[in-house]
Amino acid sequence: MTAARTASLLGAALVLALGFAPAAFADEPAKVSITLKDHKFSPAEPTAPAGKPIVIEVVNLDGTPAEFESKALRVEKVVAGGGKITVQVRPLKPGRYRFFDDYRESTTEGFLVTQ
Amino acid sequence: MLGALIIVFREVIEAGLIVGIVLAVTQGVHGSRLFIATGIAAGVVGACLVAAFAGVIAGALAGIGQEIFNASILLVAVVMLIWHNVWMASHGRELAAQVKQVGDAVRAGRRSIVALGVVCAVAVMREGSEIALFMYGLAASAGSTTADLLIGSALGLAAGVGVTVVTYLGLVTIPPRRLFAVTTVLISFLAAGLAAQAVLFLQQAGVASFLEGTAWDTSAILSDTSLFGRVLHTLIGYSDQPSVLQVVVYVATLAVIVALTKAFARPPARKALGAAPAE
Repeated sequence: MTAARTASLLGAALVLALGFAPAAFADEPAKVSITLKDHKFSPAEPTAPAGKPIVIEVVNLDGTPAEFESKALRVEKVVAGGGKITVQVRPLKPGRYRFFDDYRESTTEGFLVTQ
Repeated sequence: MLGALIIVFREVIEAGLIVGIVLAVTQGVHGSRLFIATGIAAGVVGACLVAAFAGVIAGALAGIGQEIFNASILLVAVVMLIWHNVWMASHGRELAAQVKQVGDAVRAGRRSIVALGVVCAVAVMREGSEIALFMYGLAASAGSTTADLLIGSALGLAAGVGVTVVTYLGLVTIPPRRLFAVTTVLISFLAAGLAAQAVLFLQQAGVASFLEGTAWDTSAILSDTSLFGRVLHTLIGYSDQPSVLQVVVYVATLAVIVALTKAFARPPARKALGAAPAE
């Protein structure tokens, strides 16, 4: 019974969270496209406007999976080999935000430049 | 080889710590090892399935399948941990005493152990799927160094098992009566941290686009990608650049656990009081 109650509470919280979804569309997001080929991001330094929500699309042209990750952008998402993903990023202050492939962090990185 | 070792080890730490804690929590409870082993095995199978269908999952639900999936299984783990803590608060004393009421306590305890088995499965599945993908990547990009990388991965995995062993052995040196208090606190923080992680995925998916500002940035002091940062990340949910909503949910989860645990805690001295003469 306790578990059921807890579960329903959490369910309600999730529904509540999903209910806020339209807020994401209140401000038209800027779109950034990045491709991954031979374990290199292209462009390595994409730009985006500051102060607007951003949608980053990552297309993986390699046959191997990658994990698109960024601490500063607060994203982490697996991109299957030959796959495509999108992530939502909050409005950012002007700056350089590092992202990388978590499987090859030391060699496969890029920066999102906002201005 | 060292690179592969580090990557795999980094992914295994979280699952390793969680399994170690669960082993210590259920230590001495009849049949618990089987449930935990089953949970881990299910987690490994689940991890391979998640890895194999990574593309499908990512493409599901208009492109936010991966986030919803991750957030959902994290929330399942949170619910299981909360439930376990609440259950322990109301029955734990008998279980700890565990001399006479073995029949009842263990039968009821088994449900709580199933919950912890699920937690192990979820932890192994989440981290394991990333390792499976990494290994797949290695196997696919065949080269002279592949064997070397596989050995590194195996060593990383072994080191992760080492974390489990150290965590378990460290915890069971605590006297049983204290252990209960310690694991209750550990599990509370673990649950709050996992709830905050779930928030990260919901925000990345754009389904919780509020309170997205960065609450603090301590990456220069202690990066959560460093070894110690990773351990803290699992144990107390430490994050070097959390969003405001993550902090709010973290605190709220802790508050809910404390409130529920208090509400369901059985006063231990009631029987003795009942036997005392009325005023």
